[in-house]
Amino acid sequence: MKSNSNAMPRGVSAGKTVNFSVLKRVVKMLYGYYPKLLPITVCCILFAAITATLPAIFQQQVISVIEDWYESRDWVSAKEAIIPKMILLGGFYLISLIATILQTQIMAVMTQGFLDNMRKTMFNGMQDLPIKYFDTHKHGDIMSYYTNDIDALRQLISQAMPALLQAFIVIVGVFSIMLWYSLWMTLVVLAGVLIMLIVSKKLAGGSSKYFIRQQMSIGKAEGFVQEFMSGQKVVKVFNHEQKAQEDFDAVNNTLYEDSNRAHSYANCLGPINMNLGNILYVVIAAVGGLFLLSDMSNISISGLAFDISIVVPFLNMTRQFSGNINQVSQQINSIVMGLAGAERIFALMDEAPESDDGYVTLVNVEESENGELKETENRTGIWAWKHPHHDGTVTYTKVQGDVRLFDVDFGYTDDKIVLHNIDVYAEPGQKVAFVGATGAGKTTITNLINRFYDIADGKIRYDGININKIKKSDLRRSLGIVLQDTNLFTGTVMENIRYGRLDASDEECIEAARLAGADDFITRLPLGYETPLSNNGSNLSQGQRQLIAIARAAVADPPVMILDEATSSIDTRTEAIVQKGMDRLMQGRTVFVIAHRLSTVKNSDVIMVLDKGRIIERGSHESLIEQKGKYYQLYTGAFELE
Amino acid sequence: MIKTLAKSIREYKLPTIITLIFIMGEVLMEAYIPFITADLVNNIKALSMSENPSVQPIIKTGLYLVLMAAISLACGIIAALACAKASAGFAKNLRHDMFAKIQSYSFANIDKFSSTSLVTRLTTDITNVQMSYMMIIRTAVRSPMLFLFSIIMAYKMGGALATTFVVVVPILIFGLILIARKAMPAFRRVFKKYDNLNESIEENVRGMRVVKGFSREDYEKQKFGIAADEIKKDFTKAERIVAFNSPLMQFCMYFNMIFVLLVGSMLIIKSGGTTLDVGQISATITYGIQILMSLMMLSMIYVMITMSIESMKRICEVLKEEPTLVNCENPVYDVKDGTIEFKNVGFKYFENAKSYALSGVNLKIESGMTVGIIGGTGSSKSTLVQLIPRLYDVTDGAVLVGGVDVRNYDIKTLRDSVAMVLQKNQLFSGTIKDNIRWGNENADDEEIIRVCKLAQADEFIDTFPDGYDTYIEQGGSNVSGGQKQRLCIARALLKNPKILILDDSTSAVDTKTDALIRKGFKEYIPETTKIIIAQRIASVEEADMIIVMNNGKIEAAGKHDELIKNCEIYKEIYEQQTNGGDSDEK
Repeated sequence: MKSNSNAMPRGVSAGKTVNFSVLKRVVKMLYGYYPKLLPITVCCILFAAITATLPAIFQQQVISVIEDWYESRDWVSAKEAIIPKMILLGGFYLISLIATILQTQIMAVMTQGFLDNMRKTMFNGMQDLPIKYFDTHKHGDIMSYYTNDIDALRQLISQAMPALLQAFIVIVGVFSIMLWYSLWMTLVVLAGVLIMLIVSKKLAGGSSKYFIRQQMSIGKAEGFVQEFMSGQKVVKVFNHEQKAQEDFDAVNNTLYEDSNRAHSYANCLGPINMNLGNILYVVIAAVGGLFLLSDMSNISISGLAFDISIVVPFLNMTRQFSGNINQVSQQINSIVMGLAGAERIFALMDEAPESDDGYVTLVNVEESENGELKETENRTGIWAWKHPHHDGTVTYTKVQGDVRLFDVDFGYTDDKIVLHNIDVYAEPGQKVAFVGATGAGKTTITNLINRFYDIADGKIRYDGININKIKKSDLRRSLGIVLQDTNLFTGTVMENIRYGRLDASDEECIEAARLAGADDFITRLPLGYETPLSNNGSNLSQGQRQLIAIARAAVADPPVMILDEATSSIDTRTEAIVQKGMDRLMQGRTVFVIAHRLSTVKNSDVIMVLDKGRIIERGSHESLIEQKGKYYQLYTGAFELE
Repeated sequence: MIKTLAKSIREYKLPTIITLIFIMGEVLMEAYIPFITADLVNNIKALSMSENPSVQPIIKTGLYLVLMAAISLACGIIAALACAKASAGFAKNLRHDMFAKIQSYSFANIDKFSSTSLVTRLTTDITNVQMSYMMIIRTAVRSPMLFLFSIIMAYKMGGALATTFVVVVPILIFGLILIARKAMPAFRRVFKKYDNLNESIEENVRGMRVVKGFSREDYEKQKFGIAADEIKKDFTKAERIVAFNSPLMQFCMYFNMIFVLLVGSMLIIKSGGTTLDVGQISATITYGIQILMSLMMLSMIYVMITMSIESMKRICEVLKEEPTLVNCENPVYDVKDGTIEFKNVGFKYFENAKSYALSGVNLKIESGMTVGIIGGTGSSKSTLVQLIPRLYDVTDGAVLVGGVDVRNYDIKTLRDSVAMVLQKNQLFSGTIKDNIRWGNENADDEEIIRVCKLAQADEFIDTFPDGYDTYIEQGGSNVSGGQKQRLCIARALLKNPKILILDDSTSAVDTKTDALIRKGFKEYIPETTKIIIAQRIASVEEADMIIVMNNGKIEAAGKHDELIKNCEIYKEIYEQQTNGGDSDEK
């Protein structure tokens, strides 16, 4: 049950390059959510990118006007050539500005909307996963899908993808304009860019490698810190501070090394690319100068001859080109991390949900005088199983709480059976107890009754109906559980009790609390039933939490209850006090009790003693004592020894 | 706050300073390079005009530029490496200091912080500060310098053209401040809600059995949907404000471009190229971009800092928390024996707490005695024993161990002599041996086996395939509750303590084993004072003295037989446990 075999390190895709199928899926989902906004944004980015290439053209044109007019100093005539160009440029800019505003606003809406959708899809999917998933995945890992991975995804969508798209368009645009001017010079620029790309790839590769490593050592440090922060009192009691510090420093140093390396690579990328750009600039200038001198024939789309009005804009375009390459390389980390995050999120989304083929449902019924059951919408307090048959007829079986297990085998994995030949017959109103060592399989049996896990072999019948035929949610609604580890939710005490039945009135909740013996301490809390609980009710003692959990189950008023070590943290004296309420609570219900303390189970109708997944003894307290078997040993163990 | 944090920079001051200096070098080059490129452009332009053109000047200027680029590159790389080192090192030191501080905390200090919040502070918060620090040292010098240089150069190069900045710069500054001031509070609000959302996810992950047990999946989905939608709304609002950064920047750049082109061409043509030339136009444009970029960076740091301020505050809280327990001057380094005396002891957990958790406690325990403590939940049993190893200091009165006030001992000495098995115990990831050795680092295998036998742990350890080298998972999740408790007892025994305190430490151990453990204590560690808090009467029945606690006071103390006669509460507990079920059967 507590297997940690899935402790796969995070960042599994280390070393892998961009995973295009994940990228495709992200884009597809984005398009699915925003079939209109996405194309608009893309258009806006496209437009903004194109305008970004314009200055070069206008600059070139203005320069050629200047060339024409500056000797004559005739501004008035030159003005006529320049002003319209400027107005045109201004117009372009205006549209570009609007496009940018539109794009950035839409992007903000889209990113958050997408993340919201992802979160909800993840959460809703998670709710439908079988318990097995939570037993085999570390809770911290599941949490980090919602925090770290969603954050990485946000970076990817809101920053990296638009930046990439824009840079791509600018590069293509500038490249075309370059070709428009001159093929030869373009080739020189290309050669330079190639070098930049190679360098970027190398550096970015190293950087992402170490970033993933850094992520892993952060995980390690977090694990270490988690353990020691929760065990800090033990550290104090054992004077273990210094050793703890030494161990922490070792973990801390590794984190430092990885973090230092990761950022070293990332930080170098900027200056290197920028200065490679500078050098490329010089090369272009020199080559341009040579071309000008050599009177080489120019090859270009425009057919322009080589002159100064080509070389100067070319230089600016070179700058733009290398600037964009630089930008792309800065985004590589976000892309790698974002896609790795998306991959993990998709893995969660793709987990197969808990299957449910049940068709028998739980309904409220009215019982007529001749014992006939009639389905009703009202809450009558009488429940029935509604059982539709193949021939179209529907039968109703009154819910009584008769639970039987016949020769049940079970294993968490197919090759390791942990429960063998379990037979349990719990008649309505009976109290059935399970006793045995930790790991004997007590909790596992109850997990089978409410179908957290499915049996490997045998049969389980609830009121004579095969539980596989009952809709899971209805089956579970008919079983109230109080678990060993109490989990309360953020909210008031009242809200936590009402969790058992959402339409319960305040009075009903208070009545349930009374039954559970919780009313006494709740009314003494500063805000009584309105006291807010947070952090799993950390402001209450474990025993108080258990009492609330019992009240929560009581308000649900189920025909069958499972109490799994429900009173283990309540001291025997308090237990004796709440016993009356508990007895009333159990009255008329079938109850399964698991307890370490034999005083809790003594008055059960039948006690099953479990050992290594088998029932080795069964009977009432008295008959078991008479048998002088394992139960007798357990019960008398303390007295026997003297 | 800054001062507290800055203390942790230490040996990383040098890389920090190196970063600042070399970034200055880089900025100088960056500011200078457009100056040369303008020259280059003019050289090229001269080609087409001069009588006997030559590439020589171009090559010469070009080489000069390459030299500048090389210097800039060198500076950039040195700064980049130093910066990574400085920020990662600062983070390392911060983590070290925080962890060290927490180690010095007393129980009272620990109670103040929840362990999850400490984890966040040590990880996420420090990472935030690391990133801010990196940003700050990279840009704190860079942007103002770049801004200043670029302005100067722009004026030098562009002359009248530079008037454009008089218009553009104030617009940008004003706009950026406006956006930041509007967005920050919005973000802060969302972050809080976001934390809450994540907390509720965590609750669901943890309590999935409850959710499913009550078939509350749809209810939880609905609840989550509402919370998530609200966060989406708030986040979108905040991000839409920030989204105006980029159009604002664009507007300024566009304005700059048109202004420079228009006015520049006018000036050139009107003056016939004497006051201005083409190269200067492109240089002014380049400088313009640099000026605007530097302002943009400044606003980014501002946002970064404000966002990490919460993190800094939380880190400071930990660093500034003063340990409530410290060694006295001239402490005693020797604990004579295991006698314990409570003299009129009163205790409150918080100074301003209304009621005392313990009051009027007078008690004398002789060395070697076995003392049982029994009482209901909240009767302050644990509180009482925690005063003995000075985990908390008394509010009134005094606790004496071996005849000396516990406050006069060296804390380490005292705690080495007083071994305590806490109620909420914990094993750490590592082998069983590693865990037991917490009691004594230098213990050999024989000793470890001896204490494990005494704690009745040897038997089950032997059934493990790896025996004493079995790896205990985090939180001891791969051993049962009873096994965990026995390992914890063994760990405490390894200290060879003068006083051994078991705070409800055998609750998950079966009664038979429990009895065996007590029997072992009697036989093998008779001189050690043993204090046993228990819920089962059977665990304390044969003690030399049983203390019955009720509401923070000692209700009664004595032997089992006496208490059965004289103490109502004790009698009640005894009867409940020995024949509790009888009432139903009769």
